[in-house]
Amino acid sequence: MITLNVNNKNYNVDVDPETPLLWVLRDTLGLAGTKYGCGIAQCGACTVHLNGQAARSCVTRVSSVAGKKVVTIEGLSEKGEHPLQKAWIELDVPQCGYCQGGQIMSAAVLIRENKNPTEKDIDNAMAGNICRCGTYLRIRKAIQLAAEIQRKGG
Amino acid sequence: MISFSALAKLNLDDKVSGLDLPDQWYELTGYIKITPDNIIKILNPNPEFGQNVMTSLPMIVAEELEADWKQVVVEMGPHDSVKLGPQFTGGSNSMRMYWKPLREAGAAARNMLMEAAAQTWSVPVEELTTKSGKIYHEKSGKSGTYGSFASKASSIPIPKGVKLKDVKDFKVVRSSKKNVEGLKIVTGKPLFGLDYKVEGMLIAMIEHPPAFGMKLKSFDASEALKMPGIKDVFSQKLYEDDFEQGGFDTRTFNDLLVVVGNTTWEVMKARKKLKVQWEPAGETKNIMGTQKREVIVPGELESTSTQLEKMKEYAKKPAQQLRKDGDPETAFKNAAKIIERTYNAPFLAHNCMEPMNFFAHVTDEKALVAGPLQAPGWSEPTLAKLLNLPADKIEIQMTRMGGGFGVRAYGHYIYEAALISKKVKAPVKLVYSREDDMTYGIYRPMYTATYRAALDANKNLIAFHVKGGGIPEHAVHANRFPAGAIDNYLAESWQIPSNITIGAFRAPRSNFAAAAEQSFLDEVAEAMGKDPIDLRLELLKRAKENPVGKNNDYNADRYAEVLKLVKEKSGWNNPENKKYSRGVAAYFCHNSYAAHVVDMIMRDGQPYVERVTSAVDCGIVINPDAAINMIQGAVVDGIGNALYGGLTHKDGAAEQNNFHRYRMIRFHEAPKKIDVHFVKNDLDPTGLGEPPFPPVFGAVANALYKNTGTRFYEQPYILQLNKTSRA
Repeated sequence: MITLNVNNKNYNVDVDPETPLLWVLRDTLGLAGTKYGCGIAQCGACTVHLNGQAARSCVTRVSSVAGKKVVTIEGLSEKGEHPLQKAWIELDVPQCGYCQGGQIMSAAVLIRENKNPTEKDIDNAMAGNICRCGTYLRIRKAIQLAAEIQRKGG
Repeated sequence: MISFSALAKLNLDDKVSGLDLPDQWYELTGYIKITPDNIIKILNPNPEFGQNVMTSLPMIVAEELEADWKQVVVEMGPHDSVKLGPQFTGGSNSMRMYWKPLREAGAAARNMLMEAAAQTWSVPVEELTTKSGKIYHEKSGKSGTYGSFASKASSIPIPKGVKLKDVKDFKVVRSSKKNVEGLKIVTGKPLFGLDYKVEGMLIAMIEHPPAFGMKLKSFDASEALKMPGIKDVFSQKLYEDDFEQGGFDTRTFNDLLVVVGNTTWEVMKARKKLKVQWEPAGETKNIMGTQKREVIVPGELESTSTQLEKMKEYAKKPAQQLRKDGDPETAFKNAAKIIERTYNAPFLAHNCMEPMNFFAHVTDEKALVAGPLQAPGWSEPTLAKLLNLPADKIEIQMTRMGGGFGVRAYGHYIYEAALISKKVKAPVKLVYSREDDMTYGIYRPMYTATYRAALDANKNLIAFHVKGGGIPEHAVHANRFPAGAIDNYLAESWQIPSNITIGAFRAPRSNFAAAAEQSFLDEVAEAMGKDPIDLRLELLKRAKENPVGKNNDYNADRYAEVLKLVKEKSGWNNPENKKYSRGVAAYFCHNSYAAHVVDMIMRDGQPYVERVTSAVDCGIVINPDAAINMIQGAVVDGIGNALYGGLTHKDGAAEQNNFHRYRMIRFHEAPKKIDVHFVKNDLDPTGLGEPPFPPVFGAVANALYKNTGTRFYEQPYILQLNKTSRA
């Protein structure tokens, strides 16, 4: 039995300790917002926060997460009102939408730690997240807008 | 805007905050349902894969209905071709296909509501007006919501031939509306096929041969069956030997080795414990359609290097003539100068971010399948045949797709899921791993084409010849531009059979034809001493005023308009833009016209497209911001595939199996600015999923030439660039 803290809620899960956190979230806990894209930490669709840092849940063993705080896209904000979520909607970023949860989770760490990210900062923070539909341009603008919303206290 | 999905009834946490859905809906036409308290539900008929039909198609209904968009909720419709039409996402057809039927549905429902009001108030229907979901009778001062007449209206027969709005009166159409599923996407709600879940559902995965040309010989599942959570391991034939395949009944491998278990990870782990023997498949046969056309599939283990050699050989052989105008042979013989160039492009994997998957629950009496698919109407008859069930016992639910790009028009993964569920007698979700998805695909074919142009002593273009081939399909569109613009013209094609499975990939054939032809025209313009845009405009003028031949498959005026617009908006002749290496290209396919100017720079020896100017003619632009998003996406996708994309094979096995080997365009490689301009007209709308994609390839090649002084003939261009810079 492994005890997990996901989105400020404790869960006891009885799974193979090698199981990637991704599949525990999706199959065991029913939190499907964290997506499977590659399984080898190459696409970023499975990005979650582990003790506040962006992590690829597809290569994170569930046993290594015990005692840490896991935040998924479902737990990023209560009602979808995180500055990034607001900016994403304002600029209508998504096309198919599949990668966008992972994109937002990567960007959330960036703008928490860097209130005014430069183009280069954004490039570096987002290099690991693939968007097959090609919404990169809007993601960039949405991160800039979210940083601005955040600076204004939104 | 509120929105919810048909999946709500299926254990998905799908409640929109604070909105309790009413039980009482009155149906007005198959597309519209209205509650007494005036919530208007519009069903989206077509599968959504990022082209935004969930928003843009209902906008058309709302326009003619005169609904207040704020009162509209959108729901994905069920598969019901009687009520909801063809329900096919592909070929950039959604807007074209549904423009008229959806306008008519909205207008008919509005008329039914007005008729109900006229009867209730005992006034002539001609005296009524509508606005924002309400009906008004000015003379008596009466007014009422659509909801208050919905019950009565639902029993009025659906009128035919109703008058549609004048284009100039549009309020919803032509104004940007936000994605109705935006909030759900950014909060991680379960929308996709892979998110689909029901009580007692098992997970299935398929172990497939390691190479095209191989098949299952035998297997030992004893170790795999001992693994925790594993329910069953068995082999399953996709189609029986005499199965008559429909056009979209794909088959990559026929003998499937299936592992079924409780969770995805347990199944993934058990797969590694399988002991499998594979053997050469040898030559096999597909029987296509009711005419029983036999297609022989070769058994070789193919490699990219030998495929390229084979293409060179075939290119020298006589080919099938597709079109001939004038006397190209004599013109080439008499030419002062001949330019001849050969272009090659590799197989491409679709690489949808959501790997292939499907849910199925098949019993002796009925089947429910649910997941991401583009063409439910094509899969249904095959499911009926394979499961031996009547079509009306098969329910297909369409989830949001995590990308499609053509591959989800095919049916094999749905049939696989259904056959597995039938075998294990349980609800099952079939999941492809990324490796399965990439190596067990329905790819964009491998293409080649040789273009020749003949110039006379005055550098006039007197003849044009394209001879294209592919594995296993060619990409020659014989009647497209510049056919019709040149006196002597010849188009020919050939193809080489293969066991590597192929299918539609965003703008099939056009995605290569535009790359090759638009690079070639750039080179021809240079040889003629002309500006590349001016040359195209001259040819289009000729095609309009004095067209050569018949069946020219484009409108020369509309084609010229996008070129003129991109020339103006990009500041083509503005010296300030000289700091960029600029490439231009234009193309017409799937009923819309697109032109791009890409502005490239080189940094640390690597090319970056810094900004792009696009001009597009798709008739009436229904949802402008969403249309711009799709064009921007097509531009990024085009740059990515042109520079980096490609799937190669060695002895039948794909050499790229995941994103560490298959290079996708990344964040920092995408342009920071893509300006989109539309040609303004009132023509009926055409699609955007495909048309902006093909010309990107040509524009990128032309910009690379400006930057490096070398022409690019081999995709992906980055490989040719790296070879050149090493040499």
